[in-house]
Amino acid sequence: MVKIILRNKEYELSPGRTLFSALEKIGILPESVIATSQGETITEDEILKEGDVIKLVAVISGG
Amino acid sequence: MKCRTCGAKAAVNMRQHKLALCKEHYLEWIPGQTERFIKKYGMFTHAERILVAVSGGKDSLSLWDILWRLGYQVDGLYIGLGIDEGIGYSAESQRLAERFAVMHGLRLHMVDLGNEYGATISEFTRLTQRGKNKPCSLCGLVKRYIMNRITRDLGFEVLATGHNLDDEAAALFGNTLKWAGEYLLRQRPVLPEAPGLVRKVKPLCRIYEREMTAYALLRGIEYIYDECPFALGSTSIYYKGLLNHLENDRPGAKLTFYLSFLEARESGLFSEHSDVQQSLHPCPNCGQPTSAPGLCSFCRMIERIRGTNNYALSR
Repeated sequence: MVKIILRNKEYELSPGRTLFSALEKIGILPESVIATSQGETITEDEILKEGDVIKLVAVISGG
Repeated sequence: MKCRTCGAKAAVNMRQHKLALCKEHYLEWIPGQTERFIKKYGMFTHAERILVAVSGGKDSLSLWDILWRLGYQVDGLYIGLGIDEGIGYSAESQRLAERFAVMHGLRLHMVDLGNEYGATISEFTRLTQRGKNKPCSLCGLVKRYIMNRITRDLGFEVLATGHNLDDEAAALFGNTLKWAGEYLLRQRPVLPEAPGLVRKVKPLCRIYEREMTAYALLRGIEYIYDECPFALGSTSIYYKGLLNHLENDRPGAKLTFYLSFLEARESGLFSEHSDVQQSLHPCPNCGQPTSAPGLCSFCRMIERIRGTNNYALSR
């Protein structure tokens, strides 16, 4: 499985899809996050592999 | 996805620009773009002294980093708002601003709201009607007032803030929904100096919030990640979310929205109110410009606080 973490939420998905597709699947707008894997930023076309842990950094701030 | 410049694995893809870059070239591209916009909008020159308003967040710290790397004379200004709300929000943001200054050998000027004006933002929020309904509006009033005062008092030519494209698009969206003419007229990359008011510039106004987040991450800038507790559920964040849905389906929509607005104003869609500056009056207490005769909004708020809670007006 692939684990995707955003703040204190965790999602588990099957591997083999792109990051873009995975984000759409769990209802997160790609525009609203930066994705990192093993400390490196990754782009939306990255194919997610078994065991990947993707940490999402939310980009919105303001008030 | 490959870096357009060198062909290495891309670290960031910007769909709105049809551009992907590796870490090295992305960290060159963002300062290059910032410099381009500084020159395009005539924000400031290398001969001028710039004060950057620093909150400890990704945008303001990254802006300080970029201006420093571009060789500008730039100090930081941190305003201690006294927001705690059980998570020590202001204490942590101050720590990060100070850490950045020390690491880069830069000068950080500090203003503590509680010490200078007798009340923190948390107290203002509890004690004023404006704060109860719109804490972000109150905070904005306080910050604008102090930033203008300190920039003038310390003799800087210009005040720079870290507003990014998403901030600008969200503000524009809100102002357009209300057809808030005066706010629309004032929303621009450069607000020229006027009697009592310093020049204010937004060098990041054409750079997406997502791009700024990537810059801070790739540059290794430690910033406060948690949202301000008072900003949770704010209108601007709601608008940003709406615009991101649009952007997701139509890459470049936010940028087009903002740039089309700037172009429309340049081509005369909005008529300037020539009497706007003439109608400003100096506040009898602090001397800063205000649109109505009598005390300015900030001093009126301080007076009310003092009246209800015996807070000292320190200026």
